[in-house]
Amino acid sequence: MYNQMVVDTLPDEEIDLLFHALADTTRRDIVKRAMAGEHSVSGLARGYAMSFAAVQKHIAVLERAGLVTKTQRGRERLVRTDIAAIDQASRLLDQFEELWRRRVDKMGEILALETGADT
Amino acid sequence: MTVTAIHKDPENLTMSFTAEFDATPERVWKLWEDPRLFEKWWGPPEYPATVVTHEFIPGGNVRYYMTGPDGEQYHGWSRFIAIDAPSSLEFGDGFLDDDGNEVEGMPTMTSRVDITATGSGTRMVITTTFPTLDAMNQLIEMGAEEGMKGSLGQVDDLLATMA
Repeated sequence: MYNQMVVDTLPDEEIDLLFHALADTTRRDIVKRAMAGEHSVSGLARGYAMSFAAVQKHIAVLERAGLVTKTQRGRERLVRTDIAAIDQASRLLDQFEELWRRRVDKMGEILALETGADT
Repeated sequence: MTVTAIHKDPENLTMSFTAEFDATPERVWKLWEDPRLFEKWWGPPEYPATVVTHEFIPGGNVRYYMTGPDGEQYHGWSRFIAIDAPSSLEFGDGFLDDDGNEVEGMPTMTSRVDITATGSGTRMVITTTFPTLDAMNQLIEMGAEEGMKGSLGQVDDLLATMA
């Protein structure tokens, strides 16, 4: 469903939902805990004041985003943060930062040139 | 112009970038609203953008292309989600194929821009979120390909002056 949202032309309401979803502190916390080692879904769920289903949903969103992996071991499902994925995300954000640095530099130049023209 | 804060959050595939300008919010807003100004800063220096369509209304579409040093063209699009002049806007954006057509499955990034007056000028905060790591990889690598060529050009210039 998540990927489907991206494929489609993204209705406004869904983009709003996406925005809120990614700013979630619980998900950030899950990623941090699962970075230190594997955690069972039930173990993670006990750490939050919300239903098991709600925590499961958070994990599913992280899994679809490629940030955590889930494996079955016996009766337990274990969640682990994909460190390589986080590293890759960091590297990509560095490149993205460079892009925006160039853009706002240029914006500053344009504003400086315009001064006087529209005052 | 000063970049005052950058917050990169790889776990949430999000970056926010804060810059301050020595200009009024209205003038900073114009950089987004006016396609002739927008095309002056959106593309990397060696890849100037030409805006073909620019519907500055919620739900409105933007179509543009960037032209490289050898004349090759890269097509892009964005769509405004919300516009509240002169203080905030939200948009999705991504790339198109070589003929400027939408490609099924091509990812979209979503950005929010907040523009506020400070005592001496204007603060602009851009927050961009990527839906998945794969999407992020595709979108940034694609943009970087052009940027890299630009940077390589600068290295050439530098080498020439050192010769």
